[in-house]
Amino acid sequence: MSRSTTRPARVGANLVGVVTFVVAAFPVYWMVNSSFLDRNEIRNPVPTWVPFGGDLDNFRTVFETDQFVNALRTSLMVTGLTIVVALAFAFVAAVAVSRFRFKGRMSFIVTLLVIQMIPVEGLFISQYKMLETMELLNTVLGLTIVYVAGVLPFTIWTLRGFVAGVPYELEEAAMMDGCTRMQAFLRITFPLLAPGLVATGVFGFIQAWNEFTLALVVMTREDQRTLPLWLSTFTDVNSGTDWGGIMAGSTLIAVPVIIFFLVVQGRMVSGLTAGAVKG
Amino acid sequence: MMTTTSAREEATVSVTGTRTAPVRPARPRRPDRRRAASSLPYLLVAPAVLALGLALGYPLVRQVLLSFQEFGLAQQFGQPPEWVGLANYEQLFTDAYLWRVTLRTIVFCLVNAAATMVLGVGLALVMRAMSTPVRLLAQTGLLLAWAMPVVASLTVWQWLFDTQYGVINYLLTALGGDFEGHGWLLRPLSFYFVATVVVVWMSVPFVAFTVYAALMQVPDELVEAAEIDGAGRAQRLRHVIVPSIRPVLMVVGLLQVIWDLRVFAQIYILQKAGGSATDTNLLGTYIYRLGIGGGDFGTSAAVAIFMLALTVVLTAPYVWSMIRQERTEA
Repeated sequence: MSRSTTRPARVGANLVGVVTFVVAAFPVYWMVNSSFLDRNEIRNPVPTWVPFGGDLDNFRTVFETDQFVNALRTSLMVTGLTIVVALAFAFVAAVAVSRFRFKGRMSFIVTLLVIQMIPVEGLFISQYKMLETMELLNTVLGLTIVYVAGVLPFTIWTLRGFVAGVPYELEEAAMMDGCTRMQAFLRITFPLLAPGLVATGVFGFIQAWNEFTLALVVMTREDQRTLPLWLSTFTDVNSGTDWGGIMAGSTLIAVPVIIFFLVVQGRMVSGLTAGAVKG
Repeated sequence: MMTTTSAREEATVSVTGTRTAPVRPARPRRPDRRRAASSLPYLLVAPAVLALGLALGYPLVRQVLLSFQEFGLAQQFGQPPEWVGLANYEQLFTDAYLWRVTLRTIVFCLVNAAATMVLGVGLALVMRAMSTPVRLLAQTGLLLAWAMPVVASLTVWQWLFDTQYGVINYLLTALGGDFEGHGWLLRPLSFYFVATVVVVWMSVPFVAFTVYAALMQVPDELVEAAEIDGAGRAQRLRHVIVPSIRPVLMVVGLLQVIWDLRVFAQIYILQKAGGSATDTNLLGTYIYRLGIGGGDFGTSAAVAIFMLALTVVLTAPYVWSMIRQERTEA
């Protein structure tokens, strides 16, 4: 198609491309930039465009507040627990769905689909009531329960594709060579699924790490806040918001996500069983 | 050609409301036809079923019951809830405020979805004409915006739109506008404008990437043939390119509608930063404020059921086509 692109059209398109880059990337740049600036530069009517002479004071301040360290710990625990539980549950379910035919298989798949359409806002009232009854409000376990349910459908759905992508013939061949069914699965299929597990795990991480709404509902106590909650209360202060600190906090939260995101973007596309079956 | 199937697999939605990146698993093969007489498959799906049942199924049932009960502050302090039949619904449906919030939610959703689609599809089309380095530059920017966590995006945009020291006020003033000390979140319309900017900014990358991928699958020969037949640029677009990517456009558009119905975090955080909650509530924040904020769980459960019904109505076509496709594959 590029053959039919005329010169003026290309110049125009390139202009759009540059504008797109600026508009899309500027807020991210601005977050990082502001995180290096001190109070005077932040409060200067003329913006400081490049952080020459900036320092890490804002980051130091963030790490010195108990709330951040607390929130970091809570976030890490909830995220870690969610990934482990969701991956384990999703993995066995994905194997069942793609390797077996059983009654109710179809309903299970359809349910997964429908669940993914449910907006959190439509259910959080009764999830709150339930956790209240179970005395799990303000606990890592309570938030993990609702997070696992939130991540599971997507994880099963994606892993199902990965499991189905490993040819069953590979397992059969191993069984003919004397492996039991279980051995064949563990030695042949499971290693081939590693990239799939990594990728879906990373997606689970991104979701649990970023999640705001359910955290707000479940973690009502200040000392149980997750990182996104902590960040959102940062701006609450009416008298003179500390923008430098907020941007340092935002940067700290965003950087791992952006890195993970870029990693998965590339890896998800690459062929999984490339090399396993020649020809 | 990119089929509907792969686009749909890419665009799976998640319940946590995060906009997930496309995943393209290896094309799933037809499931094995081996009949499992054992209970093994049931054992394997049991943990997932139990987890979903506990965290979603049970609350759903409880919410339906709750919506038929009087469950206010007195019940919070131990009084048994009272069955009131349809009273909560009756009270809601005769409440002008609920309708205002519903209307706002739908308008906000459609405006945002439309803006995202126009910009995303437009960008995808223009990307084809960019020279490679510029296209990579644009894609890098989009990828960054896409990867930003919602709450971090919201704080940055708040900072950009800040009344006193915000860059946007500075730039608009420098360009000759009267924006010194302009408070963007004070008036509802301006509040929604800011919310729209944030939502569109974070949603366009997904649309642009997905549609661009679909465009790359349109066979060159098809477009060339049309060109040889004398079709102009606009005609090629309308009669060749758009029809080829229609399935992708449909799915992506519908996903935008679903996603823009649930913009809780965006609205809630901007409200806290200075918007008037009553004038800017959408359904999600309304439910939250009624129930968890105000302690009226019965009424808020009724609004939540209403929101679920609205979602079902809006997403039914998508779910149906997915199910049909699943059936033909199985």
